[in-house]
Order: sequence, then structure tokens, then C-alpha cells
Amino acid sequence: MKTYRRPMAGWWKRNPYYLWYMLREASCVFITVYALILLWGLMRLTQGEWRFEDWLESLATPKSIAFHAAALPFVLYHAWTWFKVMPKTLPYSRTPAGVIVASGITASVLCSAALFVAVWWFGLWSLP
Amino acid sequence: MSRTIAIEVLRYGPETDAAPRWQRYDVPFTDEMSVLEGLQYIKDHLDGSLTFRWSCRMAICGSCGALVNGTPKLSCETFLRDYFPGPLRIEALSHFPIVRDLAIDQGDFLKKLEAVKPYLINPDVPAGNTFVQTPEEMDRYYQYSQCINCLLCYAACPQYGLNEKFTGPAALALLHRYNADSRDAGKAQRMEVVNAEDGVWGCTLVGYCSEVCPKGVDPARAVNQNKIESTKDYFLRFLKK
Repeated sequence: MKTYRRPMAGWWKRNPYYLWYMLREASCVFITVYALILLWGLMRLTQGEWRFEDWLESLATPKSIAFHAAALPFVLYHAWTWFKVMPKTLPYSRTPAGVIVASGITASVLCSAALFVAVWWFGLWSLP
Repeated sequence: MSRTIAIEVLRYGPETDAAPRWQRYDVPFTDEMSVLEGLQYIKDHLDGSLTFRWSCRMAICGSCGALVNGTPKLSCETFLRDYFPGPLRIEALSHFPIVRDLAIDQGDFLKKLEAVKPYLINPDVPAGNTFVQTPEEMDRYYQYSQCINCLLCYAACPQYGLNEKFTGPAALALLHRYNADSRDAGKAQRMEVVNAEDGVWGCTLVGYCSEVCPKGVDPARAVNQNKIESTKDYFLRFLKK
């Protein structure tokens, strides 16, 4: 039987849903780089105080600030999609999907806020 | 009172066309007319050669799926009024070979459906031939049993479009429907399909399959729950030795 098979080239541009999916996948690149920078800092910390101070200084350069500013929306979007698919990846439960998504996002916002307050407000950063 | 809407259909005749082509029809319609009825109007009054599948006209047979303005839909429960004044573009379900016009070749899916053994496997039928099931046991599989094999989820799944070997959303959802059923004892036989390279691991959780399902089935959830099952299956075999 003669049939016609349509080509897949450019499939991700055919539907906004696919574009958002590709954006989710692309956001991993920013998250990977961000995680590597953090790991680098951790390694510097083990090498002594002045090495760590160097790393902190490198974070304050315009290039680093530009990267972090660009990465932030990608990380936030990735976090949102991660919680959005959470009900699909968990084992069977009778909890409504919306409740799972909302609890995940709420917990994440609260933890981030607590960490921010701890570091910024109470200066836990500068503890000896 | 009737209005007129422009409908463009992707036509393909294996005898005459090297590739599909768009053909436009101006269709008078009333508010209660579905896209399927629009196609029927074309066939009855404008062009008898237009080919499409349909049967029940009430979203239960799963025959009339098509891409409506690029979105997989059952044409019987999609209304022309929502697309006025058009042009409304209707195309055969994506990712499947076109046999003629809107008719696709579903042969590949039928083979996959057969492979997941979509029936209860249980040699131990209880006395009286009656299984007892609690509401929670039923809830574990019920939504997946609503699948009507309309293939909208395959048309929504780019992974299936890119790799035809991928078992795909509906077949995996139906596999899960039986594995999750407390009356069934055939899980071990179906795990081979789940664990295969083209089983659940072919899915990257695009999630569009669950969005387009006209029956409220969540194939993405079935597939991703089975990634956990597949992982358990893989690691637990070391303990079983």
C-alpha cells in the first residue's frame, strides 16, 4: 500500500506546547552551568579562605552578573515545569494533581525565602 | 441562520499525488454543526472524493481524529462556530502515514496494542467466577480504561513521530490499565514491553498526550509511573538472585 509520511523537520515550531517543552529542555543548560559554578565555589571553600574570597569576587564581575541574570528566569521556569509534571511522576495516590503541584511550589518558595532571610537578614554568611 | 466558513483540507491521493496538497471548500454551517459535519457536507455536496473516517458522532468510537488547525481533535466534538470565519485547516493525524486524505494507516498502533496484552491475564479465577474489588483498587486503573484508541495522543507525541518504534502513549496507558488492575496477574509478561529501549524510556515527558486526550486519560502519568516500575524491576532482580 502506497502511503505518504510527513517529514518531522521543524516539528517543535508547529505548536506552542512543543516550544515550551523545548524551552524546558534548553533551561537544563543554564541549570548545569549554574550548578557547576556552585560546585566550583564549594571546591574553593575546601582550599582555604582566600581562595573562596577569590571565587566570591569572581561572582561580582559584570560577566557573572549577566549570566546569573540570564539564568534566573530559566531556573524559575524549570522549577515551575518540574513541579507541574510532579503528579505524573509520583506513584499512585488519590491526592488531586493540583494539590501536589501547589504543595511543591509552596514548599519551594518557603524554603527559598527562609534561605534568603537567613543569609541576607541574619548574615549567617559571615558567621565564623 | 447559516454562515459560511472556509475549510482547507490536506488532500492526498496515492494514485495522483506525489505529496499532499491543500484544497479549499466554502462550507455553509449552522451553530450546532461539528467539524465532522462540515466534512460530511463537503462529501455530500461539494466533492464526493474526500476521504475520512467516522462512525458514532458522539466521541466514543475514536474514528474521526484529525489535526484541526494543528491540534489533534475528535472532529465530531469540535465545532465549526469556534473557528469562524476560518480558514479552518484539517489534516490527517500527524506522525502516521497517510493512506488517503484524512485516513491514516493505524497498523503500527494495532501491533503495539496487541503486544501489551490488553486483557486480564489470571489463571486463578475465584469461586463463583467473581472478583471482588474495592473502590480504591478500581480507581488505580479506571481512568486508563476510558481510552478509545483514537490515536490523538500519538499525533501529539513528537517522540513517536521521531521514532516509530516507541510503544507510545495509548498502548502504554492500556498496558498500565491492566497491570494496575487487582484482578490481573499478567504484569511479569508485560514488563518486557515496559523495560524495552522503546518502552517507557522512549518518553521524555513532553506531556501533550495527556492534554489532547478527549476522554480524560492521562497517558503521561501511566508512562512515568512505569518508569518507577521499570527501575524497581531492574534493581530488584539483583536482590532476587
